[in-house]
Amino acid sequence: MFWLKRNLPRLVIAPSFGVLIWFVYGFILWTIYISFTKSKLLPKYEFWGIDQYFRLWSMPRWHVAVENLFIFTVLFIILCVFIGIILAILLDQKIRAEGFLRTIYLYPMALSFIVTGTAWKWILNPSLGLEKFAIDIGFETFTFDWLVTPGMSIYTIVIAGVWQSSGFIMAIFLAGLRSVDDEIIKAAKIDGAGLIAVYLKIILPMMRPVFMSAIVILLHLAIKSYDLVIALTAGGPGISSDMPAVFMTQMAFHRSEIGLASASAIMMFLTVSAIVVPYLYSELKREDQRN
Amino acid sequence: MQNYQELEKSSNTKKIIYRWILFIILGIFALYYITPLYVMIVTSFKTMEEIRQGNLFAFPNSINLESWNVAWNGQGFSAGDVYLKTYFWNSVKLVVPAVIISTIMGAINGYALTKWRFKGDSWVFLLFLFGTFIPYQAILLPMSRTLGTIGISNSIYGLILVHVVYGLCFTTLFCRNYYISISDEIVKAARIDGAGFFKIFFKIILPISAPILVVTVIWQFTQVWNDFLFGATFTFGKEAPIQVALNNMVLTSSSVKRYNVDMAAAIIAGFPTLIVYVLAGKYFIRGLTAGSVKG
Repeated sequence: MFWLKRNLPRLVIAPSFGVLIWFVYGFILWTIYISFTKSKLLPKYEFWGIDQYFRLWSMPRWHVAVENLFIFTVLFIILCVFIGIILAILLDQKIRAEGFLRTIYLYPMALSFIVTGTAWKWILNPSLGLEKFAIDIGFETFTFDWLVTPGMSIYTIVIAGVWQSSGFIMAIFLAGLRSVDDEIIKAAKIDGAGLIAVYLKIILPMMRPVFMSAIVILLHLAIKSYDLVIALTAGGPGISSDMPAVFMTQMAFHRSEIGLASASAIMMFLTVSAIVVPYLYSELKREDQRN
Repeated sequence: MQNYQELEKSSNTKKIIYRWILFIILGIFALYYITPLYVMIVTSFKTMEEIRQGNLFAFPNSINLESWNVAWNGQGFSAGDVYLKTYFWNSVKLVVPAVIISTIMGAINGYALTKWRFKGDSWVFLLFLFGTFIPYQAILLPMSRTLGTIGISNSIYGLILVHVVYGLCFTTLFCRNYYISISDEIVKAARIDGAGFFKIFFKIILPISAPILVVTVIWQFTQVWNDFLFGATFTFGKEAPIQVALNNMVLTSSSVKRYNVDMAAAIIAGFPTLIVYVLAGKYFIRGLTAGSVKG
């Protein structure tokens, strides 16, 4: 009885912990191992070395996917952070309709990427969407066919992604701004500093941790992006808007290349880890210092 | 203070101009966010004839409900008909148990990790925390094999398991972060009075957990309802959840384009989460930020 009582907290956590170890970490280890084998349709457990990784990095399609991921990530982060900060600062000026505006800025976050992609696919449709509207109102030579143009379709994913996620960045920056003491702004103003200077020189530098969180979240979202690509361009035209997550599912479930698919999944996992581990380390250290 | 007030007075006109610029910029952004929803709604009420002739932003001539009917019920022929009805209910059957189970487990985990500290508990927490970041591609293949082995592949039960397992990291994290801000003194006092683990949980912790439970439930609901990757990977045909069905619908209709039906379907698929957001936006935002400012 005494033993049970003393170990009850551990026993209560044990099922969840077991699930975590098996389904998260065990599965990752399995995928790592499979990436070192010759597995095609079914897993083969004979060790083959790092050849799948050589194969992966010699595939033009993988290079397209990585390049697209790079373009998407950079633009997605820059635009989301830029729009998020501007909206947060403007909303922080004691606006009357703040609640209403905030609701409008943030609602896309409640929609799935499939819904987002479906909506934007229609808006960006070259024959009936924005392009037709522009032609109808008199811009007869207007063309906007990024959705079906190789090399440009990746930017439509950026447009839809920024629409979906930038409101969220606004929300976390707004929360950060609200925690800044009003007295600091007043004091700086008395010293003759303009509002823009106050924000650029004093307040934004104070928000470094918020920047860090926002960038880590966006990076993480970008690397995982799959649904939006599927719904908006399905990786096309051709493979021109392919991304690693799409590549992985293609290889795993349509091409019977599970060894190669595992190698690409592990590349994604390593990229996320390289970003998240140092971030978590610094966050937890900060928390330790606070306690 | 005197100095500051004078400064404010002198810049009054400047202030009014600032305000106007401010509102114009905010208004432009509001248009950017609201336009797609507006386009979806007006398109869903148009006939295809109207869509081909009119433009994207034009108001519908009349309220045509046929596309909504087709999106929900299908066209009535048996082979190759696509509609949302069945899949909407699939998602309801999936979301209810998945959210309840993962929330309860998360609450108990969070409580045990903060109020009954044991050796190594911070490592346990760290493993949960890192689990919220893993790209699911790294677990898809073994998961689909495991579901096959247990015999619940291509079923709602399989998806419930998947969503509970990977939601657990988030629910545990949310609850842990909430409970750690609650004073240990109450729990200590109750322990001295002889109350046990579960008694303290149900009598003391649970009654003050409403805010975090609402946040957790909303987060999990949104995640499960909006999931596409797991649904598309582990189910097909009649067992698929709503987002998979929506995507199939849009793809199938691409031979004969039916944008009005697509838009009606997209609104139906987005409706539940949108309602939750409008009704409980405050908690929704708190969940997003709780998930972001981790640790």
